[in-house]
Amino acid sequence: MSPASGAAAVPQTGPSPIPARREAAPEVDISKMILVRPRRWGRMTAVVAILLILAWLVKAFAEGTIAWDVTGEYMFWPTVLAGVWGTIWMSVACMTMGIVIGVVCAVMRGSPNPVLRWVAIGYQWFFRGTPVVLQLLIWFNLALVFPYMGIPGIGSARTVDLITPIVATLLGLGLNQGAYTSEVVRAGLLSVDRGQYEAAQAIGMGYWTSLRRIVLPQAMRVVIPPLGNEFIGLVKMTSLASIIGFSDLLRSVQDVYYLNARVIELLMVAAAWYLVVVTLLSIGQSALERRFGRGFASGVRTE
Amino acid sequence: MNTMTAIDRPIVSGRNVGKLFGDFRALADVSIDVAEGEVVCIIGPSGSGKTTFLRCINQLERIDNGALWLDGELVGFRLDGDRIHPLPDAEIARQRRKTGMVFQRFNLFPHMTALQNVTEGPVQVLGESRAAATARARALLARVGLADKADSYPKDLSGGQQQRTAIARALAMNPKVMLFDEPTSALDPELVGEVLAVMKDLAREGMTMIVVTHELGFAREVADRVVFMDQGRVVETGAAADLMDAPKEERTRNFLRSVSHKD
Repeated sequence: MSPASGAAAVPQTGPSPIPARREAAPEVDISKMILVRPRRWGRMTAVVAILLILAWLVKAFAEGTIAWDVTGEYMFWPTVLAGVWGTIWMSVACMTMGIVIGVVCAVMRGSPNPVLRWVAIGYQWFFRGTPVVLQLLIWFNLALVFPYMGIPGIGSARTVDLITPIVATLLGLGLNQGAYTSEVVRAGLLSVDRGQYEAAQAIGMGYWTSLRRIVLPQAMRVVIPPLGNEFIGLVKMTSLASIIGFSDLLRSVQDVYYLNARVIELLMVAAAWYLVVVTLLSIGQSALERRFGRGFASGVRTE
Repeated sequence: MNTMTAIDRPIVSGRNVGKLFGDFRALADVSIDVAEGEVVCIIGPSGSGKTTFLRCINQLERIDNGALWLDGELVGFRLDGDRIHPLPDAEIARQRRKTGMVFQRFNLFPHMTALQNVTEGPVQVLGESRAAATARARALLARVGLADKADSYPKDLSGGQQQRTAIARALAMNPKVMLFDEPTSALDPELVGEVLAVMKDLAREGMTMIVVTHELGFAREVADRVVFMDQGRVVETGAAADLMDAPKEERTRNFLRSVSHKD
């Protein structure tokens, strides 16, 4: 192709002389070669180690003093199923409350109106600042403060009749959840680029329309993973409500093992059900992430 | 100096507009009139206030001095004798609909396809039926050369395609004035031409346009008038060819010389 070394000194007539090389690069086309994939020794070792540990755990529990047939027998016991149902609907109800309050509170915190902003800050301060068990107990014992509750001119009732364990749990967990969820939502709102608000305003959108159509859908993408976290946490937090007499899953298996003394067997029943509920939630979360991730990259690193 | 020459009925009229950001005077005594159907390019070094002036017209910023008039209305306030009342949000939104804005960074809605970006305003703000808005959006996308990209998300479009979609989105609101804020500054050099071509078409069709730009070639070819701003003030205004070939002011000369170095 080009003359060998030494030619550089000779004046050339071509457009731009190519500097002389000692050796030409070998002719290689990687698409015609055999690809040797790198061995991932670390991964393989890890898989073997994990399988060994799992096998050992399974063996230990299988040989331990647990009557697994009793566990199986109580999986679908009516009391247990009632507890599962109680945990599920209470979680869903409190999370719904939490999301509604959380969105409202997050929007209030971003408001130019100082009254709204400080109301939101005060709400978060109180409900995040005290233990949730304490809040449940206060709601449940509200009758000690106000024996009667009512709306003047319409009627009133005894507080003990109004604030049942269910109502106290809804208020306690829902209001607490709202305070935490509002921070998750606020992080989501902050993650949306300012240019998005401006573009929405520039096509004549009002504040609420731009929030509903442009900003919140984009915030959702960021909000869903931590919100899933909150939801899963809440499923397990419902077990705290057993102290004020709400029949959740944990309370139900306890009711059973107080009678038959199969403590570990029934705790395993509860563990299995919690895992089932949380697994279903995680599947729902993935679906939501796909829905709100449209138009964005997936976030999984490719190799 | 006489900004009123050749103006029949100004659709945008800035009168001694001033804007402060803290202690920084972004705009000082800016008076610019734009007639219906006119194309005005605003040029000047960065920080000269040209983008701020554009953002004041569609109320992304609120002015501190003077007055801005848009289509015969005072922008942002209701006059009441010697008092002014800030307009409620709904009124501000209504005034904004008279203008279409094209941003330097496109600001397309990333969770919507190109088509949905264009139909969003007509459906949500103007209350058009989805079918009518979609038909109109497809026509607009075809007009900017993106008929085949209607169902693509912004992340799958090139910068030039995104900006053309953004132009279609702004046009979908049937604005009286189009505002362009450095529409080609964020583009790779080979994509600038396709966006400028769409803007030239618009100008030819008689759209009123205010364009903040560094593209002097575009200004020379398309603009009826060029405004040169520096340090928050209008330094010089004139017909494109006059201002660029025979600038009267020293600062204009310096700026044009420094910019032409890059070309």
